[in-house]
Amino acid sequence: MTAPLEVVGRSVERSDAVGHVTGRTRFAADRAFPGMLHLKMVRSPLHHARVRGIDLSEAERVPGFVRALTAADVPHNRYTILSLIGVEPEEEFVLAEDRVRFKGEAIVAIVAETEEAAMEAVAKVRLDLDELPAVFDVEEALKPGAPIVTHWGNNTFMYEGHPCRRVRLGDVEAAFARADHIVEGVYNSSPIEHAPLETTGCIAVPEGGRFTVYTNTQALYFSLDNTSIILQVPGNRLHFIGGTVGGGFGGKVDVIVEPIATLAAMKTGRPVRFVYSRSEEMQVSSTRSAWRIYLKDGVTADGRIIARKVTSYADSGAYSRQTPYALTKHAANAAGPYAIPNVSIDAYCVYTNRQPTSAMRGFGVTMASFALEVQMDRIAETVGLDPWSIRFLNAYRNGDMKPHRKLADDATLIETMQAAAALVGHELTAEQQAMTSAPRAGGDPGGR
Amino acid sequence: MASTIVTFELGGREVEVLVRPMTTLQSVLRNQLGQTATKDGCRQGGCGSCTVLVDGEPMASCLLPIEDVAGRRVTTLESLTPAEGLHPVQQAFVDEYAFQCGYCTPGMVMLSKALLDHDPAPNDEAIGQALAGNLCRCTGYRPIVDAIRHASGAMSGHDTEPVR
Amino acid sequence: MAKLRGTGMAAVNYPTGMNLGGDPSQALVHATTSGSFVVTLSATDLGQGLRTVIGQIAAETLGVAYDQVVVDTADTDTGPHDMGTFASRATHRVGNAVIAAAVEARKALLDVAAEEFEASVDEIELDGHGNLMVRGVPARSMPVAEVASMAQFKYGRTIAGRGSFMKPRSEVDPETGAMDPDSTEAHACTVAEVEVDTETGEVTVLSIRSAYEVGRQVNPALVQGQITGGAWMGMSHALYETTAPYYPAPDHSPRDFSEYLMPGPLELPEIDCVVLEMPSSNGPYGVKGIGEMTANSPIPAIVNAIYHATGVRIDSLPVTPEKILRGLDARRP
Ligand code: FES
Ligand code: FES
Repeated sequence: MTAPLEVVGRSVERSDAVGHVTGRTRFAADRAFPGMLHLKMVRSPLHHARVRGIDLSEAERVPGFVRALTAADVPHNRYTILSLIGVEPEEEFVLAEDRVRFKGEAIVAIVAETEEAAMEAVAKVRLDLDELPAVFDVEEALKPGAPIVTHWGNNTFMYEGHPCRRVRLGDVEAAFARADHIVEGVYNSSPIEHAPLETTGCIAVPEGGRFTVYTNTQALYFSLDNTSIILQVPGNRLHFIGGTVGGGFGGKVDVIVEPIATLAAMKTGRPVRFVYSRSEEMQVSSTRSAWRIYLKDGVTADGRIIARKVTSYADSGAYSRQTPYALTKHAANAAGPYAIPNVSIDAYCVYTNRQPTSAMRGFGVTMASFALEVQMDRIAETVGLDPWSIRFLNAYRNGDMKPHRKLADDATLIETMQAAAALVGHELTAEQQAMTSAPRAGGDPGGR
Repeated sequence: MASTIVTFELGGREVEVLVRPMTTLQSVLRNQLGQTATKDGCRQGGCGSCTVLVDGEPMASCLLPIEDVAGRRVTTLESLTPAEGLHPVQQAFVDEYAFQCGYCTPGMVMLSKALLDHDPAPNDEAIGQALAGNLCRCTGYRPIVDAIRHASGAMSGHDTEPVR
Repeated sequence: MAKLRGTGMAAVNYPTGMNLGGDPSQALVHATTSGSFVVTLSATDLGQGLRTVIGQIAAETLGVAYDQVVVDTADTDTGPHDMGTFASRATHRVGNAVIAAAVEARKALLDVAAEEFEASVDEIELDGHGNLMVRGVPARSMPVAEVASMAQFKYGRTIAGRGSFMKPRSEVDPETGAMDPDSTEAHACTVAEVEVDTETGEVTVLSIRSAYEVGRQVNPALVQGQITGGAWMGMSHALYETTAPYYPAPDHSPRDFSEYLMPGPLELPEIDCVVLEMPSSNGPYGVKGIGEMTANSPIPAIVNAIYHATGVRIDSLPVTPEKILRGLDARRP
């Protein structure tokens, strides 16, 4: 590709621009169909409880009530998004069976002629729940005697027999022993909502033996394939249409509304609309996990990081959704873009009785970057270097072995920092200006 | 309670709707009249995606009982858009890439039009004040502020170059 | 009581593609008889502008003008499989699939032209403005539209191509964590300037200035959009957002936008950036990815700037005025 580029590299007008500024762009919930029903969810008011009974008798008398769906109506009542790529175990329910594990967990789906009728019927469903003790903190959840959220006896996702995703390179303890400084920090973040302006939702429409589902999912086939598994219908009976999303940021990879809306359309023979309210989006949809990250670094007197130990806990909430995968991605990036010869990472995906967490922009990396980059300033202060110098000194280069044992080949941290320094007028030393990400003489780890 | 008939002006035409009490203007527009440019981000007055103009004033249509617009003039994005081409505010949003997902855009365009009708040359402070009730999760607002400044120039005859 | 200013920085990497790979995308490209090209996908545009950049990549590879390309997505009855839009993967994965499809479609187009011109295929070229010609013989030139129409009505052929891209799935060694997680990595370095009011604990972000290295910008205006929007989101994460204001206590979680705090247009800092392009070896035209990473470096840069301004190191997000005031109190003798 040596010829000059004609179209790539040009700021052409967005192809959806006119649709967006005229409001003619059709978002999933902008559609309406004759005879369309509305689905609303009965949700757990408690963080952790045993479900003893569900009384629908009053709800059924609400004018406009069409039908209720409970766990028994769902052909394969397991909601495990990542089962598509072989992640086990199946642990979440489409509709709760005997236990609810977070406040807001779906228990009964109500389908009615109007949204108002559906909401009224939801309010009239009587739940008989026995409250159970709940746990909300990642480290509390790991203590002996903590309430157990999962069905397998502890509160961590298991990675091939380990309670955490591990990364090991070199010998961290030996390097700590010879380091001039040990720098430690613990970093916390609270959960964050994706807050897309358009809430999650879909409309499922029966059409000639098939079901057309208009959805704002970020992943059309994730949604279709999961729906196919949960409803136990072949994929060719499902037709998913999407592609226009009013903000996703990771939250709309959860594919949580389509299976139940499609089931409701199957059971009623009518189009069914299931769109989250803003408060459902805030309180029930997945969030970014809360994180607690412990960092311990061994540093030489001149500022080289020779060992880094990372212990991370991500709060998965009551179910795993995409979070086990976030921890693996986190583990691949938790030492930062630095050349560190001895690294040990333990990344735990911990279950609590919170609203489940899932993918969000920066999946597994955003909070690692926060912790690492505040820690870098701590190290700089400890050894008496400025924030730029500590990063130039430790920056990774092409040919360096990353902690997960892949050789760096697209490293450009040094060049990026040089450009930032020029942008803000920070003066670099001659040595920093002359640095590049080109492989070190002698390869890895010769230059360290 | 019984349904009633409410009459109001929408985009220059008189419309009549049969509604149950406390139905919102947003619901009438979207569900009864099929005018879905008016968006539905929260139904709580918190996002501005449902902004329309009532007698030229920007309002959150999700908080407005339809009875309150009886006899008044409602302007939605459908009625703002010319038959051919774009309104200068719309064009400025296109030129400044003032959206990503586009879900906030209809409300932002309506709000910007009302702002420029009242204050043809608003400064950043005035733009910021005007936008305070309209959320955008994607753009960081800067391109929207730029689009409003750009539209202000275009509408006052001093056509300005796109800011970018 | 004073208003204290400080500057902080942060430098980050961000990986492209679903972690560990195994996340395929497909694309189909075909020419209509009017000479425009349709790219058919099932990938989703989240607002980042995927339809637009994929149209650009297709036009570039086909050798036609951008407005000759229509991107049709997303419908599972027509669009081939795609893993979805996440993990900063879409431009990289779908872009590579579209290049493969466009190369095949282009070849089919050139074959027809070669036959019509009675020339060999490698003598035929596209001028990027909708014409095919025999190299060096401008007189023997024909609009793409004409060749596309001829393919159907004279030669009875399709002008179409199929493309797929997948980074093979890597397994993780459970003991050492050895793995091949990503296709490439983009980088960013952000410098933030803040002012902290020691009376109220409030932080004003004055500027967020960044350098990004993203491999290749397909559409610089859209890259800039990600950077500006991400800077705002990073600032929002750093100082405002939480669904559990008293974490880990679950109480008082917000129900709506009046309770979930985010900065508005009046809180906007100056946002500035430079973008470097050091093409990756495996992305379409060297693309890396920019979708997710733009909120990352602003967060620690702001937190470091607060420390620089006040001497208070805050280790938990969001950095609320309360945390700053408590930190300032703790530093008083
Ligand atoms: S929908 Fe009316 S303000 Fe949000
Ligand atoms: S463009 Fe997505 S909310 Fe504004």
